[in-house]
Amino acid sequence: MTTETTKPNSAEIDAVKVKLAESLNGVSLVWSEFRDQTRVVFPSTELLKCLNAFKAAGFDQLSDLTAVDLLEYGNATDRFEVVYCLLNIDNGLRLIAKTYLNEPDLTIPSATSVWFGADWLEREVYDMYGILFSDHPNFKRLLLPQEFQSFPMRKDYPVKGRGERHNFPVITRAES
Amino acid sequence: MPLELLESPDLNANQREGLWTLNFGPQHPATHTTLRLVLQLDGEMVIDAEPDIGFLHSGFEKLGEVLDFNQYVTIVDRMNYISPMANEIAWHHAVEKLLGIELTPRCKYIRTIFAELMRIHDHLLCLGTCVLDLGGATAFMYAFNERETIYEICERASGQRFHTSYTRVGGLLYDVTDDWVTMVRDFARNFPKVYRDFSGLVMKNRIFVERTRDVGVLSREEAIAGGATGPVARASGVVRDLRRDEPYLAYEDFDFDVCASQGGDCYARFQVRMMEMLESIKIIEQAVENIPAGPIFAPGTGKETIPDKREVYRSIEGLIHHFENVMPNRQMPAPKESVYAATESPNGELGYYIVGNGSFRAYRARTRPPSVLHFSLFSRMMRGCMLSDVVAVLGSINIIAAELDR
Repeated sequence: MTTETTKPNSAEIDAVKVKLAESLNGVSLVWSEFRDQTRVVFPSTELLKCLNAFKAAGFDQLSDLTAVDLLEYGNATDRFEVVYCLLNIDNGLRLIAKTYLNEPDLTIPSATSVWFGADWLEREVYDMYGILFSDHPNFKRLLLPQEFQSFPMRKDYPVKGRGERHNFPVITRAES
Repeated sequence: MPLELLESPDLNANQREGLWTLNFGPQHPATHTTLRLVLQLDGEMVIDAEPDIGFLHSGFEKLGEVLDFNQYVTIVDRMNYISPMANEIAWHHAVEKLLGIELTPRCKYIRTIFAELMRIHDHLLCLGTCVLDLGGATAFMYAFNERETIYEICERASGQRFHTSYTRVGGLLYDVTDDWVTMVRDFARNFPKVYRDFSGLVMKNRIFVERTRDVGVLSREEAIAGGATGPVARASGVVRDLRRDEPYLAYEDFDFDVCASQGGDCYARFQVRMMEMLESIKIIEQAVENIPAGPIFAPGTGKETIPDKREVYRSIEGLIHHFENVMPNRQMPAPKESVYAATESPNGELGYYIVGNGSFRAYRARTRPPSVLHFSLFSRMMRGCMLSDVVAVLGSINIIAAELDR
């Protein structure tokens, strides 16, 4: 049954590929497929240009924005993968766009100017992985305390933590 | 609290004069769990509302990288604890997509029935508690009485009322029994009467209507660009439902409508939720009469799915099968690929982005919680509202802090 619902999408995906090849002339895009999902890898140097082109190609919603630390991943050569899950509301087409980042330069432009829903998602990625987003309107940690030092979803951070919780300063009622 | 949270960049010094700041939460009866808002008020008008979240952060996603695909189901249960089984179904839907497992028809039907029961479960709480926050305690009791029946249905199938941990990779913990079918059938038969009572108490109640109509308006464009999904998006005119648009489980077999509204306000969001409950009953009625016979576990080479408990305890083959399935060095390897799979949870699109690394546990288990994106739209919804509208808007987007903070 799944093949029936995805078949009309393949023509639409091809149309998107043609459209992006035109608007992103000279930018190397690597396409792949897995379990009926289309993925594209784009260079992080052209990030905003690519995201704007994706939006112009009809992907008007950012479903999800996340990152993966590839430190212990097989024979990966890059450190971080930033994933943009895009959705076209009108025809239901999905596209998973990825880009790779390496230390020490972990700054990429913010996607909030393209989809403002990226706001909190980018803050969470910074919170957990330490990837910086420039030109973000309100850039700070989302979930963890502002004074927290580490980025806990990185693979070199232990599951049990580094004892931060036990060393939180005790604030009395008078000081609060 | 850090002072920079109070400094809204949109206001100049002149406008800021005469404003006062109110701290709302993290402990407040209307936040249900731990949410915190910093409100900038001009008299009673809300000028700016800044959410401050993270009080319930417990590192669920990090645990997802340590526990295997079957073990992590106990953690996803605790994300949106208002509709636990919807999380389990979403998690194993994504895992099965990564592993390439096709479910048996019986398992699909049972999961569909549970997914729809969970939708009613979640909507009842959302509607009931919001009406309670707005000052009406009667409707809340009607809603919670029905929720109790759903708890009993969960208990009959899984042995647990609340955190059921009922799904397994490629199947379910136990098969359902005939009396479970009777319970579901009775529930579907009785629900419309309760629905009428509830609807009569709430939806035409003048106090309720006046406190929710034109309050917390979200436009269609904002809903799309802001990532709103589920009832929140559908109330703003985005007619999109993954059950219809990306059919999973057995939804293709059933006849149901996608409920939407154009209002974009709190009342529209309640209306959509109310209508969806009746559609869920329609699906349950169709599904429960046609549950196919057969096994609940997908047939395969054996390593993907755990064996039936009766086999484990009565035969050496079953015991070996179980051993092969639970020992970390014997388990089925997941492909070294990544997959994003989403289901229509009661609150919206609940997605999982899973990266496999050749073992039976996720290298990265990202949850795409609908609450995060909805709550990030909160300050937009609050523009021009009064202080007393905060609880109405908060209730209408149904923020679950455990899912929000994970």
